[in-house]
Amino acid sequence: MSNDGVNNGRRRFLIATTAVGGGIGAVGVAVPFVKSWNPSEKAKAAGAPAKADISKVEPGSMIVVEWRGKPVYVVRRTDEVIGLLEGLADELKDPNNTVTSQQPAYANNIFRSRKEDLVVVEGVCTHLGCAPKYFPEVKPQAFQDNWKGGFYCPCHGSRFDLSGRVLKGSPAGKNLRIPPYSYVDENTLIIGVDEENS
Amino acid sequence: MSKMSDFMGWVDHRIPLTATFEKHMSKYYAPKNFNFWYFFGVFAFLMLANQILTGVWLTMSFTPTAEEAFASVEYIMRDVEMGWLIRYMHSTGASFFFIVIYMHMFRGLMYGSYQKPRELIWIFGMAIYLMLMAEAFMGYVLPWGQMSYWGAQVIISLFSAIPIVGDDLVTWIKGDFLISGITLNRFFALHVIALPLVIVALVFLHIVALHEVGSNNPDGVDIKKYKDEEGRPLDGVPFHPYYTVHDLVGIVVFLFVFCFVIFFWPEGNGYFLEHANFEEANGLKTPAHIAPVWYFGAYYTILRVVPDKLFGVILMGAAIAILFVLPWLDRSPVKSWRYKGWISRINLVLFALFFILLTWLGTQPATGVYAKLGMVGTVVYFGWFLTLPFISAREKTKPVPERVTH
Repeated sequence: MSNDGVNNGRRRFLIATTAVGGGIGAVGVAVPFVKSWNPSEKAKAAGAPAKADISKVEPGSMIVVEWRGKPVYVVRRTDEVIGLLEGLADELKDPNNTVTSQQPAYANNIFRSRKEDLVVVEGVCTHLGCAPKYFPEVKPQAFQDNWKGGFYCPCHGSRFDLSGRVLKGSPAGKNLRIPPYSYVDENTLIIGVDEENS
Repeated sequence: MSKMSDFMGWVDHRIPLTATFEKHMSKYYAPKNFNFWYFFGVFAFLMLANQILTGVWLTMSFTPTAEEAFASVEYIMRDVEMGWLIRYMHSTGASFFFIVIYMHMFRGLMYGSYQKPRELIWIFGMAIYLMLMAEAFMGYVLPWGQMSYWGAQVIISLFSAIPIVGDDLVTWIKGDFLISGITLNRFFALHVIALPLVIVALVFLHIVALHEVGSNNPDGVDIKKYKDEEGRPLDGVPFHPYYTVHDLVGIVVFLFVFCFVIFFWPEGNGYFLEHANFEEANGLKTPAHIAPVWYFGAYYTILRVVPDKLFGVILMGAAIAILFVLPWLDRSPVKSWRYKGWISRINLVLFALFFILLTWLGTQPATGVYAKLGMVGTVVYFGWFLTLPFISAREKTKPVPERVTH
């Protein structure tokens, strides 16, 4: 065991304990470096609600509202499209909104909105974050022959219906996110606030 | 003794200057049958120096904030004296760097330069390639154009495919809930300090590993097998002065080409600097056609062929990861394709052609026939790696000569 007065067992023990101690220290030192990459207080604070005047949003048209730096699409659907939404279930990956983080409870319906006609949806593709384009007409498109209106992402071809629900065959897996929103009055929408009349 | 040798003696007693120079230059024996393809290692070194030098100068006038980054690049291009040239040397230089690296890698594939005992050289090389991709990606974000922004959005979102922690990881990388000036500022730090240090360290290891085992050559012959009385390889010549002078000629030709492109074709028809990037970043509007810069094209195509987020990301990661294990996939008893069977040779040419096809497809929309070609290309890409162990182990090889040929 010992060799020239060297206690190898003791030496190995000391090397191992020192290495473990040093390792714990290194992990501890890494903490501030890793944490400094988290969103700063300033970044966290920049989440003010955004107001939008929806009086001029005609059926079939869309406005884009900026909320927390993201595009939020506000679309007034036509009666034709509203009638189609229910029959789409077979073409959708998640027709029943099973991923609860993708919409507030009040938008957990086939319209994914508070009111039947007006849908408020984040324009951030759930695949890799591009802003999908608005194709409201029910007519054949280059990317789908029997297109029934919705959003098409130019980056990787994900398709969503006019409720923001993802169609089968898309690289995206989840439905588009519905932000928290409420109506201040008939013509004013506030995005980022859940309660009505707040 | 002259004053000079006195001085060198003084230095050599304190730092092994002469010994190091001899080991790596004047007494480093390189095979004497190097051909055209052996220029690209030196060119890569040259481009690294170019990127570092021009990069340092660009930081002197660049402002890494969301508000001013785009304008500061315009300022460099228009108001800084010779700023346009330094900027083009850097931005067009990035594309040249990748052209050179791809040629250098293809050389390795042709002559089996990754085979035993050069596995670590290959792995260090692949690590450099991986770091260069990260470096190029972050550099492309800095001008804060539309492609900078949406390219960053797509690439960072790749991490959200990771189950459970994905979304939090993406926020952590961005430092914000969206791509913002915070992201830009940290990418600037990584691009100009952290990654260049890592790359330079890896290049050092790549060279040290190379000089330990010696350079391969187009015949894949071990030149250390036949030595003269003094132990010098019969088929080798000292790197300095033979290859230093030889490489200088190549560098002159290369710089002619490089300068021609910088002066007359710096944007490369939207392949070196994409058109959409001349518009400032707008987080509300994705450009109609978004595509990576050409050198990421192949991997981007592989990502897109799968209509599933997680599997697409895994396949793309696998396309890069599989390169690292190449030394253990090739089981051929010979190194150079000159002495491998015809199946190996045809396969390698096909692999290279399909890699070019995949690269080009990545810059095009993924619809119709392009989408189908992407699938074929992806199958060929992985097929080459996966069939390599069987083909290389079984096929009949030609006898390798004892000495190098010319």
